Amino acid sequence: MKFTLKIWRQKDSKSKGKFETYQIDNIPSDASFLEMLDILNDELVRKGEEPVAFDHDCREGICGMCSLHINGRAHGPDEDVTTCQLFMRKFKDGDTIWVEPWRAKGFPVIKDLIVDRSAFDKILQAGGYISVNTGNAPDANNIPIPKDDADVAMDAATCIGCGACVATCKNSSAMLFVAAKVSHLAHLPQGRIEAKRRVKAMIDKMEELGFGSCTNTGSCEVECPKNISITHIAKLNREFLKANLDV
Amino acid sequence: MIKLDSKIPEGPLAEKWTKYKETQKLVSPNNKRKLDIIVVGTGLAGASAAASFGEMGFNVKVFCYQDSPRRAHSIAAQGGINAAKNYQNDGDSIYRLFYDTIKGGDYRAREANVYRLAEVSGNIIDQAVAQGVPFAREYGGYLTNRSFGGVLVSRTFYAKGQTGQQLLLGAYASLNRQIAAGTVKLYHRREMMDLVVVDGKARGIIVRNLVTGEIERYGAHAVVLATGGYGNVYFLSTNAMGSNGSAAWAAYKKGAAFANPAFVQIHPTCIPLHGEFQSKLTLMSESLRNDGRIWVPKKKEDAEAIRKGLKTANDIPDEDRDFYLERRYPAFGNLVPRDVASRAAKERCDAGHGVAPTGLGVFLDFKYAIERLGKKKIEERYGNLFQMYEKITGVDPYKHPMMIYPAVHYTMGGLWVDYELQSTIPGLFVAGEANFSDHGANRLGASALMQGLADGYFVLPYTIQNYLADEIYHPEIDIKAKEFDEAEKNVKDKISKLMSVQGKEPVDHFHRELGKIMWDYVGMSRNREGLEKAINEIKALREEFWKNVRIPGSADTLNPELEKAGRVADFLELGELMAIDALHREESCGGHFREEYQTEEGEALRRDDQFMYVAAWEYKGEGQKPELHKEPLKYEYIEVKTRSYK
Repeated sequence: MKFTLKIWRQKDSKSKGKFETYQIDNIPSDASFLEMLDILNDELVRKGEEPVAFDHDCREGICGMCSLHINGRAHGPDEDVTTCQLFMRKFKDGDTIWVEPWRAKGFPVIKDLIVDRSAFDKILQAGGYISVNTGNAPDANNIPIPKDDADVAMDAATCIGCGACVATCKNSSAMLFVAAKVSHLAHLPQGRIEAKRRVKAMIDKMEELGFGSCTNTGSCEVECPKNISITHIAKLNREFLKANLDV
Repeated sequence: MIKLDSKIPEGPLAEKWTKYKETQKLVSPNNKRKLDIIVVGTGLAGASAAASFGEMGFNVKVFCYQDSPRRAHSIAAQGGINAAKNYQNDGDSIYRLFYDTIKGGDYRAREANVYRLAEVSGNIIDQAVAQGVPFAREYGGYLTNRSFGGVLVSRTFYAKGQTGQQLLLGAYASLNRQIAAGTVKLYHRREMMDLVVVDGKARGIIVRNLVTGEIERYGAHAVVLATGGYGNVYFLSTNAMGSNGSAAWAAYKKGAAFANPAFVQIHPTCIPLHGEFQSKLTLMSESLRNDGRIWVPKKKEDAEAIRKGLKTANDIPDEDRDFYLERRYPAFGNLVPRDVASRAAKERCDAGHGVAPTGLGVFLDFKYAIERLGKKKIEERYGNLFQMYEKITGVDPYKHPMMIYPAVHYTMGGLWVDYELQSTIPGLFVAGEANFSDHGANRLGASALMQGLADGYFVLPYTIQNYLADEIYHPEIDIKAKEFDEAEKNVKDKISKLMSVQGKEPVDHFHRELGKIMWDYVGMSRNREGLEKAINEIKALREEFWKNVRIPGSADTLNPELEKAGRVADFLELGELMAIDALHREESCGGHFREEYQTEEGEALRRDDQFMYVAAWEYKGEGQKPELHKEPLKYEYIEVKTRSYK
């Protein structure tokens, strides 16, 4: 397959970036999007040019390291996948493909397509945990949990922290990301104890780090590669209200 | 000159760990905050160790090359984690988990370490549940289990097909809590380049800041490496793209013995290779073998028709299907250990019954399970794995059987450690896949997560104190010492040497070539001639690399090609050591299959009289032959037998 690539190049966080155009040929339809970029980079290195920098690691859709806005969509045109699991057969031969980094105030560009997502770590450091030291735990079956609650918690906990929700949201809100952790822990008895403190601390941190507010457009849910539902945002709102009303 | 002292405590097997804990040295709370610990790597072992040290009151510095600790490749483990809870009332016990692990490892692991692993396995599940890890449950609210290869009980806990993710997020949450509390300081996008040894003790590391290119130094009273395995030496593996052996290799060159480098696990159920451009292989969890049946066509002409696309799996009637694992190993069937399943797949494909277009593939069929349990149940158990398979291959596994083939997955070998997980360099501890300790010559499924977390939560927090108790008189480590200067200079020299080659070929070219040599000669099946050839070819390739590699850009900025080059340069040395080890071990055991040593039925032939030992290699300088040290393995509580799954 043959493509025209319009790729965002930016030297570092201080420089201004711009789109560069690359023509690429002989791409197998079974190649993943990142493998297509590998092929491009191989050509660039051989020509003595600097390859395109992009984040990636596991290449099986679970580490959350890959990102990319492809033709205006986070993780590209396929449904429920990260960029590393997007395959070139989803494009038409001869397509022009626009590739950009995540764009959000909370995620400054480091180089080319790489952004700094350490804000996500900071939000979780603010309260995304249960305070239990190693060795404190009772026998696992001493905490029975209704299967339905455990399943909902699992659905929320499946968030990979990639940032597609933020990149997609017109307000650059991190609400779905925060909701996934709050909802995961709020559905479990061992997570209830700190629920109020947790939700307040995480929301405060999210706002402090420059993420916007949620206006319920639902676009985050559409682009989430792990299909995390905005019902978790509803859960977050209930938890937030409860915490503030202290009921 | 290295001396191997395994420091196994005296006394009966079941009392060793308790006794150790009762008599070991401890550090008082007011002294803990004066002691620094460096942890490299934030997978299950690193994150759990760093969080636990922080909770205890030590000053911890933790490093990862990714943008966040949560990206570490433990995240990708799918199927589950073993623990001897016996919640299923099916006869499980600590002894049985110990026994299965030793037998699964083909009697090449240390008894005392493995027993301790089995002993603390239950605590891991307790800890994870307390952290909020959403393991699968029954309607009654209690935890459920499934079974994995090489065992006759159901002791595997799981969270859909994302068990590694959930356990890592649990450890990462504990780590986050300690970062917020100020006991742990996180350094992300940093790669360890060298270990600093002062007066014979590990005292710090040199790292490259991957964003700015700066070379930085960090000191500590002890260093923990939890940097994972070296499977990426094969280029194609189920490892993450960044997984590498460089930290372990740097430690080896500073005097840490490297044990059993030839012991590599080839996982039987991966999506087959489909093209030259391919960058990695994707695993399909072993848990699928609980419900999937593995087969190839009995008739070669059927296999050929499938390869050519003239027939599909569904055209082959049951009587023409060869369920070769069920046929050869009736007792364990599709749940034989990984090394056995992988070799059996290779045997069938080599005999002309393979099914993928390349001929290197077998079927993993869910038709029978769907008929028995219904599609919904299968979806519940494996939904995300089926979806992943469909995304990658474009084939719907609910309708057509999956095609699978073995791929490099895990390295049982690693830095040699004693009972305390301390390497041959005092103050350097090694945890998780990076050490060699528990899996012998073959790891059982769902045991990597168990070992990583056992090391980090329940072993190191004790054993490191036994070392640090004698370090309380030592003030803060001086990073201006000459040993830091020297190490930093070596790192800088290596980087400028790499940058100055300015040859013609990108790094990946050399990595691919190395991978081919390793897969062909140091892969699933090995022989003397091939291994000798591999050693020569690796040497030649290494020379070529240093003459002809091309790294664009500069070293004082973010430069992914330079990162790769440093890792591949080390793999080009490590690969040779693997071949040397495989050549010296003239027997077949676990994942190490030497064609010269097999039974008439093609099963592995161990030679206990000569090779019942851990091979620990000592670095002797560039271009010098490494020196072999042997740690004999004694089995007092388990009868050594020929491994049989028939």
